[in-house]
Amino acid sequence: MRYKLWRVAVFLAASVPPLYWLYGAVFGLLGPDPGKVLVDNLGLGALILLLITLAMTPLQQVTRWGGWIAVRRQLGLWCFAYVVLHLSGYALFIAGLRLELVLRDLSERPYIIVGALAFIGLCALAVTSNRFSIRRLGRKWKALHRLVYAILLLALLHMLWVVRADLGEWLAYALIGGTLLLMRLSSVAGGLQRAGALFREHPKKIEI
Amino acid sequence: MLIRVPPSSRALESEVTPESVYLSRRKLMQGSLALAAMAAMPGLASADTQGVYADVEPSKAPGWFDEKLAGARWQAITAKGESITPFKDATHYNNFYEFGTGKGDPAANAGKLQVEPWTVMVDGEVSNPGRYSIEDLVKPHAFEERIYRLRCVEAWSMVIPWLGFPLADLLKQVGPTSAARYVRFETLVDPERMPGQRSGFSLIDWPYVEGLRLDEAMHPLAFMAVGMYGRVLPNQNGAPLRLVVPWKYGFKSIKSIVRISLVNEAPKTTWERIAPNEYGFYANVNPQVDHPRWSQATERRLPSGLFSPNVIDTRMFNGYEEVADLYAGMDLARYY
Repeated sequence: MRYKLWRVAVFLAASVPPLYWLYGAVFGLLGPDPGKVLVDNLGLGALILLLITLAMTPLQQVTRWGGWIAVRRQLGLWCFAYVVLHLSGYALFIAGLRLELVLRDLSERPYIIVGALAFIGLCALAVTSNRFSIRRLGRKWKALHRLVYAILLLALLHMLWVVRADLGEWLAYALIGGTLLLMRLSSVAGGLQRAGALFREHPKKIEI
Repeated sequence: MLIRVPPSSRALESEVTPESVYLSRRKLMQGSLALAAMAAMPGLASADTQGVYADVEPSKAPGWFDEKLAGARWQAITAKGESITPFKDATHYNNFYEFGTGKGDPAANAGKLQVEPWTVMVDGEVSNPGRYSIEDLVKPHAFEERIYRLRCVEAWSMVIPWLGFPLADLLKQVGPTSAARYVRFETLVDPERMPGQRSGFSLIDWPYVEGLRLDEAMHPLAFMAVGMYGRVLPNQNGAPLRLVVPWKYGFKSIKSIVRISLVNEAPKTTWERIAPNEYGFYANVNPQVDHPRWSQATERRLPSGLFSPNVIDTRMFNGYEEVADLYAGMDLARYY
């Protein structure tokens, strides 16, 4: 397996935050409402992981380093894992494991519905992330995994509808997400590749 | 003939004291005795009131506060069967967007708030308008302690022992005229010391504004707090003067008040301006009327442990049913 050390490093880095939050919650470092803090942190962590996952392809195009693509699936699965924990935390700490509350939220609240849609999309991507599915689905696999762009938009909408009074933080994530989506446009992607190639040939001469 | 109907929250003498209260009585007695002892010694009168509640951070209170503390009526209103939220939680988990939107931001940033000297502008339909110093506003009133449930619109709640006096007493002091129908409150604007007011992306148009109908404001439960947990208010909890309206969501209980106006039209409150479909003028705690984005049927009573989530049912008017008369005949789903 190539980039073994790099993969292990990414694995460790992604597993540290939830363990750290769990430690904080158990030892009372997260304040009087640790469940809510955990749910918020996991949700935001999942969004950040999604953005990092989506940054791997543009990074590869610019730098031509294969390591970015080598960890892309792992990062996507980490995003999925954070979302699963985020949802479990919501069911346990916010809804207090009351099924009728969860069902009511699911049927009535736009931000929960949008979040649930994003989760369904992520599930589809997670179960088809293995080699067998890639081979089996062939061309359709790529089309299916373009769902990730829709998932990003849903996730951003989900976060926007949670914001109460200050848009600053949300705008930062939306800007990064928008930039990453723009990079998918073929003209922008081609430009990126050319700029990367130019930079590799004449590392000092590049002017923007 | 004057018929006095005691509100249902007022405990009768015949009521049996719950065991938990009985057991905590000794602690309270020790606290009050310590207070009385301190009051008896003029040199110590300004000392803080540690001992009444556990783990209360000591503080240096202004003179007008210490003068009144000695005569305070302790536990004038209690919350039966409730345990009081630890001081640390009540002072480190706050919504006070002037200091940032994070729950820890107020505790981290409010230290710079300048609470001395403090004046409150009283204007509008009153017979004694003017700029009052906090000393003059507080002087005519005796302190009492009231242990109230505080229900945040975000579906968490606490139980807090406030120190202060009824809002009705303050209003009588300034004398509303017959044209007065609403009370409008304003929080301090001080971007230099309030980092939240410097944010370029805030949806709030400062100053923070809240309001009550005059009859709500005159209700004996509506309270002006200057202290909590037997001491002066910490800055992050709205020092030096804040409103406490226990039957309404927490955002109605405006902090660090600098202006009180009696007006004849309902003031546009800050949250109504940001999201009128989510936050109404009344904002009474009501488990039947959900916030559009989340349920109000339950609440997390803090501290809520990770492995023992403290999710409880929310009560109509936060359990203060004696205010129901104020809203007789009103459709509370419409006037939320």
